[in-house]
This record gives sequence, structure tokens and C-alpha cells, in this order.
Amino acid sequence: MITGNFYTDASLVILFLPLLGFVINILFGKKLPRQGDWISISAILTTLVLALILFAIMLKNWDYKFSHEVIMPWIDMGAFKIELGFWVDNITIVMLLVVALISSMTHIFSLEYMKGDIRYNRYYAYLGLFTFSMNGIVLANNLMSLYIFWELVGVSSYLLIGHWFEKNSAADASKKAFLTNRVGDIGFFIGIMLMFTAIGSFNFQDVFAGVSDGEIKGNLLTLAGLGLFMGAVGKSSQFPLHIWLPDAMEGPTPVSALMHAATMVAAGVYLTVRLFPIFTPDALVTIAYVGGFTAIFAATIAITQNDIKKVLAYSTVSQLGYMILAVGVGNYTAAFFHLLTHAMFKACLFYGSGSVIHAMHHSLHNLHDHDTDPQDMRNMGGFHKKMPITSTTMTLATLAIAGVPLFSGFLSKDAILAGTLYFVDQNPQHMILAFFGFGAAAITAFYMFRLIFLTFHGEPKMPKVFEGIHESPSLMTAPLVILAALSTYIFYTLPINLIPWKDYGWFTKLIKAKDSVVAGTPSAKEIYDGVHYMHDLALVLSLTVASIGIGLSFLMYYRSTISSKSWAKRFGTFYRLSLNKYYFDEIYNRVFYQPFLKFCNIVAIIDWDLYDKYFINGFGHVTKLLSKVTGQVDYDGLDQTLVDGVGRSAGGLGKGLKNIQTGRLQNYMLFALIGVIIILIVQYSVIL
Amino acid sequence: MSNILSWIIWLPVIGMLVISLIPRNNSKIIKQIAAITSGIQLLLATYLWQVFDSSIGEMQFMERVEWIPSFNITYILGVDGLSLPMVLLMALIGFIGIFVSWNIDKAVKGYFSLFLLLNTGVMGVFLALDFFLFYIFWEVMLLPMYFLIGMWGGPQREYAAIKFFLYTLAGSVLMLIAILALYFTCGNTFDMLVLMETAPVALNGMLWWGMSAIKVIWVLLFIGFAIKVPVFPFHTWLPLAHVEAPTAISVILAGVLLKLGVYGILRINYTMLPDGVFWFAGALALLGLINVIWGAMCALAQKDLKKLVAYSSVNHMGYTLLGMSAVIAASGMNGSNLISAQAGVGGAVFQMFNHGTISAMLFILVGVIYDRAHHRDIEGFGGLASQMPVYTAFVAIAFFAGLGLPGFSGFVSEAMIFIGAFPVFRTIVIISTLGILLNAAYFLWAFQRMFFGPANEKYNDLPEINSRELFTVIPLAVITLFLGVYPRPFLDLVSSTLNLLIESVVTIGGYAGNL
Amino acid sequence: MDNLSNYVLISAILFSLGLFGVITRRNGVAVLMGVELILNSANVNFLAFARFGGMNMSGHVYALFVIVLAAAEAAVALAIIINIFNNFRTINVDDVSELKQ
Repeated sequence: MITGNFYTDASLVILFLPLLGFVINILFGKKLPRQGDWISISAILTTLVLALILFAIMLKNWDYKFSHEVIMPWIDMGAFKIELGFWVDNITIVMLLVVALISSMTHIFSLEYMKGDIRYNRYYAYLGLFTFSMNGIVLANNLMSLYIFWELVGVSSYLLIGHWFEKNSAADASKKAFLTNRVGDIGFFIGIMLMFTAIGSFNFQDVFAGVSDGEIKGNLLTLAGLGLFMGAVGKSSQFPLHIWLPDAMEGPTPVSALMHAATMVAAGVYLTVRLFPIFTPDALVTIAYVGGFTAIFAATIAITQNDIKKVLAYSTVSQLGYMILAVGVGNYTAAFFHLLTHAMFKACLFYGSGSVIHAMHHSLHNLHDHDTDPQDMRNMGGFHKKMPITSTTMTLATLAIAGVPLFSGFLSKDAILAGTLYFVDQNPQHMILAFFGFGAAAITAFYMFRLIFLTFHGEPKMPKVFEGIHESPSLMTAPLVILAALSTYIFYTLPINLIPWKDYGWFTKLIKAKDSVVAGTPSAKEIYDGVHYMHDLALVLSLTVASIGIGLSFLMYYRSTISSKSWAKRFGTFYRLSLNKYYFDEIYNRVFYQPFLKFCNIVAIIDWDLYDKYFINGFGHVTKLLSKVTGQVDYDGLDQTLVDGVGRSAGGLGKGLKNIQTGRLQNYMLFALIGVIIILIVQYSVIL
Repeated sequence: MSNILSWIIWLPVIGMLVISLIPRNNSKIIKQIAAITSGIQLLLATYLWQVFDSSIGEMQFMERVEWIPSFNITYILGVDGLSLPMVLLMALIGFIGIFVSWNIDKAVKGYFSLFLLLNTGVMGVFLALDFFLFYIFWEVMLLPMYFLIGMWGGPQREYAAIKFFLYTLAGSVLMLIAILALYFTCGNTFDMLVLMETAPVALNGMLWWGMSAIKVIWVLLFIGFAIKVPVFPFHTWLPLAHVEAPTAISVILAGVLLKLGVYGILRINYTMLPDGVFWFAGALALLGLINVIWGAMCALAQKDLKKLVAYSSVNHMGYTLLGMSAVIAASGMNGSNLISAQAGVGGAVFQMFNHGTISAMLFILVGVIYDRAHHRDIEGFGGLASQMPVYTAFVAIAFFAGLGLPGFSGFVSEAMIFIGAFPVFRTIVIISTLGILLNAAYFLWAFQRMFFGPANEKYNDLPEINSRELFTVIPLAVITLFLGVYPRPFLDLVSSTLNLLIESVVTIGGYAGNL
Repeated sequence: MDNLSNYVLISAILFSLGLFGVITRRNGVAVLMGVELILNSANVNFLAFARFGGMNMSGHVYALFVIVLAAAEAAVALAIIINIFNNFRTINVDDVSELKQ
């Protein structure tokens, strides 16, 4: 069509079709039948079909080295040029499919979930904008267009989190999400500038070539890498910028599933995966620590949360930490693998929670109860009987996230843990990373089953509400079933392997790690072999920690043989810290926002009330004062004394001389005579 | 049309004369005449853009008429890639400004006459190539501005007008001294093109009171222009003037008048005192940084929406200074350094234009809500998004454009500026990237307080933005979006001239090297 | 005896006497007589310079002019004095100092 190459043409259609949907819906959506949702849905389903075709072609070609690039000039001022373009390889194709799939599911799920919403057309429009920007990130072949779409993803997230902006909490959350992301983007942009300054190009391939040629190296390269990583920290909600993601749950639940679980937050991971070859060992260690710490840190918060979406949110933060950890330890294909599997099961979990909340909402609505929180798990319980499909699919996804064999999460998590073990084995001083990894795995299994048990099992906590609970309509359960099916291992190991604890499959064959271009880093093969070597140990360990987590959860929340309350009391301090998210929001508020705002107020006061009023206007006042003084000198000194003085003295003289004016002619004559005599004397004396 | 430039400049004066013949109560006809005059001017400017050859960096469509031969004062006009975008911007904003001021009902005749005179002054500054002429237009522009603020402004209008006038006049005086200094040292001529050739040679090594003449003239000119930009610490007239000025005047002020300062620095300081550029670039970058951060922090603290937008201008113009300072990267004219010089200066000029469209949009939108609610207190609104959805959408576009969201032109220019200045002033640029965050913070916070949250009952029946107002905003929004997605048309227009400028700065500026 | 200085001396004496009369006398007619003396001293001078200096006939002409003018002046001045007398009943010039405030 445009470029004459099927991959890029298809990618361009995939990219721009949702944008078209956005434009049509935002401009005319209100006037269209059904508020134009069919436009968005047909657009996204077309992209899904195209993505599937691309995926099928990828499987047919079976070429892990496949790549295709299109470059278009964007800015050209002579020496300064920016070229934008697309890069299509297997990672791109897989990501396109993930985005198209989850986005399609969200579109379909929302048909029911958002029915009757006051800004229905805008909701669909923004979904289109998001899909467009996310695909843009996926397809970008250079840092500049990556950054551009990165920001656009941020803004669509802002718009969707703030969809119900009448709620102050939603408005706050949307702003917080955008600004927290921007903090990361500062680092991202600094990284971009460092790279461009050193290499003179934004293109990934040029950057890799430049780094491997040593055009940028040492600490500067570490710094550039960490700068770029900061973007990922913001977008993927890593510690210490993790604060926005849980709040982002103020958005509609399908949006949480699409953006704040499966795709947008994975963009950070995608970025680190794409740029893996340029990270120096120092940068990688930092990345590993950030990821590992986030994984366990967020998991410990998730334990005590009661809001079903908050649990999932912290679980997402924790899982993203896992992926970042995998990048940090060098096993970045595992990170991408986990991104893929996580997208499926986490989206499933979010839709499940959406289904539950939807049911709760309707039940509460019928009871005219507007005070009970429909998202609080303490108001649920025993829903399995009423919502079997939701319950079953969510349980399957939970098994996947907990890392139970036969499920996708097992494969990817295992790969990450194996990579971590290998890294720790090579660098024993970073032993704690392994504890982060396995600890988080155990805790994840624990709190996810806590969620399942509290929601779907046990006695209903609010029997009246329970009466009104119904399974959600099929448009909502269909995505659940599809994603739950995709959470099983089989979709990732086909067509080579059916053994549930071996991860060989199309993924491992088609997505191969690239060597780092930084000197002194282990090659991809070394890592691959090491991971392979550690695989069995990791498998045993991860199974053990997962069963401990699940077992503990089972005993505590299903059998209630262990009282969760007494445990909470026993670990009182920790419980309170966890429940309050370690007071991070409060600390940031006290340490950053409030002081900064106060400082801004002071600056504004200095600027307006002091500097301007006194200094600048001071010039005016001084001038006025000076003019007053000069005025006085002028009037009193010059005019009154000197000028008028002349007049006055003339007057005085006149007064004196008036006396001579006798009116007697004789006197005048006498004066004339005297004058003549004086003249004569003077002349005579002069002559003499 | 050989004297198209003269037509562009003097057309508003013709309109003004026609208006002066109309009885004062025919306000509708007066407005129509003003609109037609500006419309024709806009068409002329567009035509000029079409026939302009962007591959040539030198002056085009030159006009040269003897004026006062005894002092070597000549009426010289010319347009190049630096002035053409500004002419287009002024023609567009001037045209839109007529419609923004459609609701003026106090002394309509005077208002529109002065408005057109202002247009002539600004156009003249952009097109004049004789220093004397330049100065005259500079002052011509000042006078109508004084009356427009002082008579049609807000409650503190007299104070604001006199402050604006005196402040700018103080700058003009310094500029006049510098102009005369150049005149007497460089061969008794006001011809800028000649001065560009002679000034660097004539001033080389000249000392005045033990100071380098180049430095003295540079600083005099810079202060004159800096007041207009406005550069910190000469910026405080701006929020006041903006807050008090009527909407259309704020639009012109922010959209075009602030650009005169930067234009002057690029046109005069950069070409006539290239050695000074090397001497001053660091300070320029630092001032840019202070503008960015200080403006953003002041904006963050504002409760008055118009003042917030005014401080955002201080903030945005800071980026321009930062970009301009990158020119010294190109010394030696080797490949990679030339990249950053082009990116920086190109970004600065692009930022000027973008700030013109974006801030004009912002001020128009502030005016829209002020006309309806009769106040601009950010805290006093809330939940407007559900009451005025279309207005909200346009404010969102303007705010996002203002905070440098990709897809809007502001992003391209800011990115170019950062990329350009980074290799030269690394620390300054890194600190100024905080602006990325702060810009977003003040715009989004204001947006949230005004539009989000529970709807304020008081404003339930505020009328939605009307079609006249939409007509003023949409062209600006379209331009901003278009140039954000595809900046080529703009950058191609300016690049030959800017490359020539960069070349002349770094090749001539090499002479004295260290002052 | 027949030299210029004697004539000039006589003229000066006449002038001084005239001036003395003009300054000291209160009587208007006496003042007028002083003036006549001054005029005649001038006539003496004219004639003396016509005789001894280079003035030739013009000296005589001027002397004749002066005599004519003196006659006219005396007529006018006496008329004024008569008028003053009619108005003030005195010819003492000190008593008619109306110009003095």
C-alpha cells in the first residue's frame, strides 16, 4: 500500500486505525448510533486480525532474526535531522498481538461494563487513542518516537483514569499518574539527550552501533542507561515512583486491565528489553535492585489491602518488578516472556474483579445502598456459587500468577528466577536479589489466594448483598474465558513441547536474546546456558515457595485454622506499615509536594509582592522621590530664589530709585550734569 | 507587487484612516473595516509566504527609498526566514485579535484605530532593515499599547499601562544609545545589512572606559530586548500588563510582542556583535534556565488563571533563550556541533512561533471564561468539564500544548532546544528539564481545580463557548497540532536563514575570540 | 583776543549760567530764560567754529536755525506757562509736579 512491504503496511494500519476511531468518536461520537462504540470495536478487531496474521506469518517464517525497518525523515535542517520510523521484528509482532488482543477484550468487556455511562463515546475514543499510542511505542525504531508515544500513552492514561472526573479522587489520581510519569520522563529525556549528543542519532540500531564502537562509554553510558531506565521506572511504576499505579485504579476497571496491568505499564519493561544491549553492568545491577526491591516491597503491601483492585494493583507493581529484575540480571527474554504471560493472566484477573465489582454494584444499587464499598473484599465472600465463570477463570489466572505448573506464569516466573539464581551464582555479593525474587513469589501466591478465598469462598459477609449477586453477562465473561485459557502453558510451548515444566516453544525459539554491545558483559549465550543450568534448582525452589504461600493462605482464609487477625496483631507494626503502604504518599506529601508548593508560593510572593512591588516599583518610587527633590530645588531653589530673586531685587532697586524720581526737572538736570561731569572726569583720566 | 512589504506594513494605517472617517456610533462598520483590513493583510502575508523562496537565506523583497539622506537614514524593508514566520504570526494573531475584541463596546472607534496602528508598528519592526526605522516602529508599537491597556483594561489599568510603558521605554532608551553608538562607530549608517558587515570589524578591540565596546553595546541592546522578552529579572511588568489588558491585547502581547525581544536579539545582537554572543551565551543559557524554573514556580502558585498563563509565558520564553545560546556550539563548524547549533537556534525560533499560537490560544480561552463568569479565580471554579464540555476540550488542547505534549508543536521546539543546548550547557539543561515536570504540574493542577471535581452549582447555566470564539481558537489549535505532527513546513521555511545566521555568528565571531 | 578759546570760554560761561538758572530757579519763566542762555551759548559756539574751525557757512545756518527754534520754543513754552498759571495759579515748577506719585 504505502511502503510496499506487508509488515510495515500492516503495522501502519494497526497503528493508525485506532487513531481514526479516536478522531471519529471524539468529534462525532455523540451523534452516531450507539455513540460510535461500533467504530472503535470494528477498528480494534481489524487490528487484532492483522496482528494475528502477522503472528501467523511469524510462526510460518520461523526466523528469529527477522526484522524490518522503515525510516521516514521528520525534521531536516541541514545538519540537524530527526528520522522517525518503524521497526518490526518478532518482539514487535508479539507485542502488537498482546496490545490488540487485550485492547479488543477491553473494548468488548466495556460494552456491558460501561453501558449507560455519561461519556460513553469519549471512553471509547480514549481507548482508541491509547491503543494508537501503545502501538506507537511498540513499533518505534528510535528513541524520539518512543518518547513521543510514551507521552501520548501517559496522556491517554490521564484521560482514562480521570474518566469519572466528578470524583475528586479520580481527578487527583489522574494528575498524580501523569506527573509521576513525568518525573521518570525527565530522566528518560536526559538519557535521550546523552545518547544523541554522543551518537548523533536516535535510531536504536545506530545507538547500538555507536555504543559498541565506544562513542559513549563508561560512567556516561551508565548514566545514559539509568536515565532511560528512569522512564521505565515511571511508566512501569517501580519503586520509588510506584505511588501512582494503585491510585490509577480510580479509572474504570477495564481500563485498569488494559493499561494499568497488561500493556501501558509493561511499556517500561518493553523499553528496557528493547534497549537491553546498551546497559552497562553497573546500570544493570541498579536495575536489578530496583526491580527486585519493587517486587518484594509491593508484594508486602498487597498482603493487607482490602480493596480488590488495590490488591491487584500492588500485585501488578510487584510483577513488573519481577520483569525489571529479569532485565537487570541479564535474562531479558524472560522479562519479555513474563510480560506476555502476565498480560494475559493479569488482564483476566482485572476483568474478573471488574465482573465482581459490576455484580456488587448492581446488587448494592438494587438495595439502594450507596455507602458500602463495592470493591472491599470484606463485603464479599462465597461468590463462587453465584458467579461460577468469574470465579473459575479468576482462580485459573491466580494459579498462573502464583507460578503453579501447567500455567503460563510458572514458565515465565521460573525463567526469571533461574536467571536471578545464575546472576547470584556469578555475583554472590548480590545474594539478596534471590531472596527478593523467591520471597516475592511466596508472598504473591499467598495474597492472590487470599483474594480468591475472601471473594469467592467462605460465608457471604453481607447476605443481603449476596442475594443480589449475579453472574455477569456473556460479553463480560467471554474475555475472561479467553484470557483464562491463554493463561495455560500450552499456548506458549506449542508447537514443540507439551511438557508443562519445560519452557521450549515458539517463544523461546523465536525470541532470542541479543548480545549486549557493552564491553565486559556476559554474552547472551553465556546467560542462556547459565539459566539453563539453574533451571532445575529454580523450579524446585519456586514450587516450594509457591506451595508455602498457597498453603498458608489456604489455612488462614479458607480453613481459618490460623487466625489472620492474631497474626496481624503479632506483627502489628508491620501490619500497619503495609496497610498504609509504608506511608509513602504521606511522606512524599510532607517531604516533596507541600514544601515545594510552599516554596513556590514564597517564590511567587518574592516575585510579585517583594521584587516587583519594592524593587521594580522602587525605581518608580526613587524616581518620584528624586523628582520631588529636584522639583523642590527647581521651584524653591531656582525659581523662587534665583529667578524671582532677580525680579525682586529689581523691584527693590526700583523702590530705592523711586526716591530719586522727584518729578523736579531741575533735579534731573542736576543728575544729568553730574553724569556729564563724571563722564568727563573718567574720560579725562583715561586720556591722561 | 514589488512593494508588498510596504503594503503589509501600511495597510492597517489605511484601515485606520478609513475608520477615522466613520461616525463613532457605527461600531459594526468600524469592526468590519478592521476585520477586512486585517484579513487583507493576512492574505498578503500568506501570498508573501507562497512566493518566498525558502532555499535562500538572504533578505528578499527588499525595498529601499531615500528618506533623510543627510543622516544616512533610509527606508529599507526586507524579509527572510527569520522575519517571515513572525510576519505570518502577526498577521494571523492580528486578524484573530479583531474577532476576539468583537465585544468591545467602549470607544470602539479609538480601540480599533489603535489596534490597527499597533499592527503596523509590530509589522514594521519585523520588516525594517534600517536601524532608525526599526527604532521608530518600535516606539510606534509602544504608544497604542499604552492606550489599549490604559483605557480598555481591568481595574488597575492605569497602573499597568504606565508601568508597561515606562519599563519598555527604559529599554528603548538603552537601545537608542546602542543604536547611536553603532551609528557613530561604524561609518555613520543605520543600514542594518551594512552594519552587519562593518560592526564586527569596526568594534573589534575598541575600548570604552576600559570596557570592550562590543560588550557595552551588547548589554545595552540586550537589556532593551530582554525587557520585551521578558527575561528574568525584567519580567514583572508582564503578569500585570496581561492581567489588566483586555483579552485581545493580551493575545497580541503574548502572541507577538514578546517575540520582538528575541527577534531583536537574533537579528541585531547575533549578526552585529557575534563576538558578544560567545561572551554572553553562558549568561543567556542561565537566564533561560531561571526563566523556565522561576516562571513555572510562580505559575504554580497563582490563583488567577490569567496570571498563571502570563507566568507560563515567562517560562516558555526561557526555553527560547536556552535554545539561542546553543549557537556557540557550532564554532569551528564541524558536523556534530553544527547539529546542536541548528537544533538549538531552530528550536528557539520554532518555540517563538509556537508560543505565539499556544499562548494566544490560552489567553483567548481565559477571556472566554472571564466573559462568562466575570472572574478568573482558579479556585472559584470546579467541575466545569461537565458544564462546558467543548470549552473544556479546547482548554485541554491548549494546556496540553502548553505543557509540551508530543503531537503539539511546543514539544518539537522544546525537544529541539534541549537537544541543541545539551552538549554546550549540560548542567543548565539538565536542571531545566525540570521544566518538563513543572509545566505539567501547573497546567494540570489548574485544569483539575477548574474543570474536575463536583460541578459548581453556580455555573450550571454558563453558556458554552460560542461559534465566534471557536472561530478564533480553532485555527490556532489546528496550526499547533499540524506543526506538532509535521514540523517540516516551518523548519524548512527558516532553516536556510538560520544556517546562514549560525555561520555568520561563528565565523565572524571567531575574530576576537576572547574579549 | 581774537582766538577760538575766548569764544568757547564765553560760550561755556553762558552755558553754565543757563544751566545754573535752569536747575536752581523755581520760577518757570526764569527756567525758560536759562534755557535761552544755553541755546545762545550754543549759538556762540556755532559761530565761533564757523569763524575759526572748518564749519564755514553751515555754522551760520545752524545758528539761524537755533534762533528760529528758540523763538518757537519760547512761544510754546510761554504758552504752556500761561496755561499752567491758568490751571494752578502759580508758575512755580515745584508745585506742578503732577507726574510724581
